[in-house]
Amino acid sequence: MITIIVDGKGIQVDEGTTLAAALLNNGIVGFRTSVTNEPRQPLCGMGVCFECRVEVDGEPHQRSCLITAREGMNVITGG
Amino acid sequence: MDKRHFDIVIVGAGPAGLAAGAAASSADGSIAILDENPQAGGQIWRAEKGSRSSAASKLISRINERNIEFISGTQVFDTADLTLVCERDGRRLEIGYNKLIIATGARERFLPFPGWTLPGVFGAGGLQALVKGGFDITNKGIIVAGSGPLLLAVADHLKSKDAKVIAIIEQARSGSIRKFARSLWHSPDKLTQAAALRARLLGIPYKTDSFIRSVREENGEKIVTVRNREYRCDLVACGFHLVPNLELPSLLGCEIKDGVVAVDEMQRTTINNIFCAGETTGIGGVDRSLIEGEIAGLAAIGRDEEARKLLPKRRAAHAFADRLNKTFQLRDELKKLPDDTTLVCRCEDVTIGAVKEFTSWREAKLQTRCGMGPCQGRVCGAAARFIFDWELDTARPPIYPVRLENL
Repeated sequence: MITIIVDGKGIQVDEGTTLAAALLNNGIVGFRTSVTNEPRQPLCGMGVCFECRVEVDGEPHQRSCLITAREGMNVITGG
Repeated sequence: MDKRHFDIVIVGAGPAGLAAGAAASSADGSIAILDENPQAGGQIWRAEKGSRSSAASKLISRINERNIEFISGTQVFDTADLTLVCERDGRRLEIGYNKLIIATGARERFLPFPGWTLPGVFGAGGLQALVKGGFDITNKGIIVAGSGPLLLAVADHLKSKDAKVIAIIEQARSGSIRKFARSLWHSPDKLTQAAALRARLLGIPYKTDSFIRSVREENGEKIVTVRNREYRCDLVACGFHLVPNLELPSLLGCEIKDGVVAVDEMQRTTINNIFCAGETTGIGGVDRSLIEGEIAGLAAIGRDEEARKLLPKRRAAHAFADRLNKTFQLRDELKKLPDDTTLVCRCEDVTIGAVKEFTSWREAKLQTRCGMGPCQGRVCGAAARFIFDWELDTARPPIYPVRLENL
């Protein structure tokens, strides 16, 4: 298991899990907030739709479905 | 900025790209395979947290044994003279080529219906990919819907991960699916696969002639309306067959005909020294991709004669693909699924009502910002093309959003 930080809270994640899967397993409903304030979760799971984007280590708009969770990764959702 | 150069560059490390690499590696030149994903295999051979199918492992280990460089996590966003302009680890990377093989594959087609933007409503292949990435769906009730043979493979996979697949909702007509199933006698290995799949899915209702009319939320459950019936579930997995990824070939000026890249028997596009193989030339599954990839790889190193020996196999794969696409052709009623308030563009939250005022995709884009968000119309463009019969624009750089300093 590794630990990542999601919205300031440490969560345990199986090694090799994608960031998108890790967020879904921890009940994150709004990966991002749409321009009309709707919470969104991933649609395509393969980097096409950009619905799964979150901030990772200070870098905004990262597609969480294309990223493998790494120890200590700092993630901010709902942006 | 980094610069590299290879004799042959292949974009896409799915079955077509890997087969192309393996075939081309019988000559001496340098070869690179690029992919945006961290691992090779493409969508169909997406590794399940480290492990993967034996067919995929075999081909991938063949790649590793030879002088082929796999450059992962790389997004092509622009092109220059015999050069691909990419972003990798946040840095600009230019990759030069003498021959280019495009094997960018396909993505799911998504069609808007009321409720399709709700959290918990995923693509069909989309949910499968997330589960392969480690999304735990144990005991979740799931409706699998849309169209295409992918739905069956997805249902099978979800079931193997201890989800409860409540029903499979397929828009194609039962008559055409039966006809397709009978035609599998032409390809005995596919018939065996289909029979095994059917056995594993026993007990899960397969509703043909059916499609989701809407999804809504009630007390933490999803209520899915299909015809006059309502299903309760936790998750929805809905995708309407596949559409080719045409952005790169379109940007390179390759002719696109009937929604796919036009190629000759040797997989040559209309642009010199650029080949294209796999789903990008037409949706047809893994066997078609493998054979086209092999032909493209051989043709790229000038071994046309060897490649020509594969043409009977290519023709058989194409005949299968034609039957497949005819069977799962979308019915016109699906165009009426969204109401005026349903979003079509999820990036810019543009409704169907706002878009339908216009007579072309370009006009709709300019006036409503539909298709102008980060996905650049990859989702809503395919939907608009189906719903309004609009021709889509040719791709313009950057074909993926990148950091300003890398432009």
